[in-house]
Amino acid sequence: MSVETASAPAVQESKKEGLFSKKNRRALSDPLDDNNPITVQVLGICSALAVTVQVKPAIIMAIGVTLVTAFSNLIISVIRDSIPGRIRMIVQLVVVALLVTLVDQILKAYMFDVSKKLSVFVGLIITNCIVMGRLEAYAMSQKPWPSFLDGIGNGLGYGIILVVVAIIREVFGSGTLLGFKVIPQWAYDMGYVNNGMMMLPPMALFLIGIYIWIQRGRNPKLYNVS
Amino acid sequence: MEHLLNMLIKAIFVENAIFAFFLGMCSYLAVSKKIKTAFGLGIAVIFVMVLTTPLNYLILEYMLKKGALGWVHPSLETVDLTFLAFILFISTIAGAVQLVEMVVEKFSPTLYNSLGIFLPLITVNCSILGASLFMQEREYNFVETAVFSVGTGTGFFLAIVLMAAIRERLQYSNIPKPMHGLGIAMIITGLMALAFLSFSGVQL
Repeated sequence: MSVETASAPAVQESKKEGLFSKKNRRALSDPLDDNNPITVQVLGICSALAVTVQVKPAIIMAIGVTLVTAFSNLIISVIRDSIPGRIRMIVQLVVVALLVTLVDQILKAYMFDVSKKLSVFVGLIITNCIVMGRLEAYAMSQKPWPSFLDGIGNGLGYGIILVVVAIIREVFGSGTLLGFKVIPQWAYDMGYVNNGMMMLPPMALFLIGIYIWIQRGRNPKLYNVS
Repeated sequence: MEHLLNMLIKAIFVENAIFAFFLGMCSYLAVSKKIKTAFGLGIAVIFVMVLTTPLNYLILEYMLKKGALGWVHPSLETVDLTFLAFILFISTIAGAVQLVEMVVEKFSPTLYNSLGIFLPLITVNCSILGASLFMQEREYNFVETAVFSVGTGTGFFLAIVLMAAIRERLQYSNIPKPMHGLGIAMIITGLMALAFLSFSGVQL
């Protein structure tokens, strides 16, 4: 009885709430900067570092993660009331694994070369902490539509970091952007050399470290969040 | 024999899970604030990895590969279930973690108390699923898979304990404010990865 009375105002409220109300917009935009999954929540760093040698795989990866996060958030949020608490982890993992399998099969069918480059990292979206973290922190307690937006926002927040790091690494590491030459030939003739270190794994860590430094330097609220 | 030893060294040092592939970074950054907890997580990761990677190999070999179901009935020779690999691998890992948790709780409460909180975390540790996926991609045989899983687990253990030791010292150092915590941890991991690059090319 008490449950019904408690949920009745909530339902009314949701009817008044527009599709893009302030709260929903915040769910979408917060993860882009102030609550970025990588630099603030410290989630999903594994794949962020490994696929950023070139821009194209980074973009594909960002799209894949955004789709998986958004739809797993949506599905889990729809069935959240019928998941038993003890086995919720396995239920979540199965839903996520299903979506990742779809993404992987689509990549293999239409973009085989990118799929080869990403190798195991497509599969590792399953254990990408962003997906699980958002399911636990948001989708298990919120309605489907805000959860969906939250998933898209977090996927895009992850994508921003990925693309920024990948652009720096590709331009300075191999002098190209999306495969096109951007450093002109005369620069090479004058003695400019590609920075081979950009291609090595440690550089991704340095770049994200510097990104965090700049972001937190601009926004003192974020000091010591993690 | 030499080939296997080589693989072990390669998995621990040259292709370290953290420093070369960034697998398991999330728990690596989150749990490396104290040596003691880092040690517990490291041991738990080795344990689960050595258990699940060979198990996943058997699943792949006798259930999923093309023609692997031939032992059930000859008419199933043409079935190829490889696309189910992700779902089965992660289920094995989640199941194994749950099982390990229950067994350890029953038979060794002291160990459970020291590992307890980390066990559920391990399910979503990228390095465990990563080891299984690398095993599939590189087409290792059973013995190689076992050696590879020991090596990858040990590599993770080594990395997280080293990192925890450094971060304990860091508390007394003077770091720019925005770099506290995550920022400096990233830079240090990068420096350590540079150091580990010097292992590349090491062979027996």
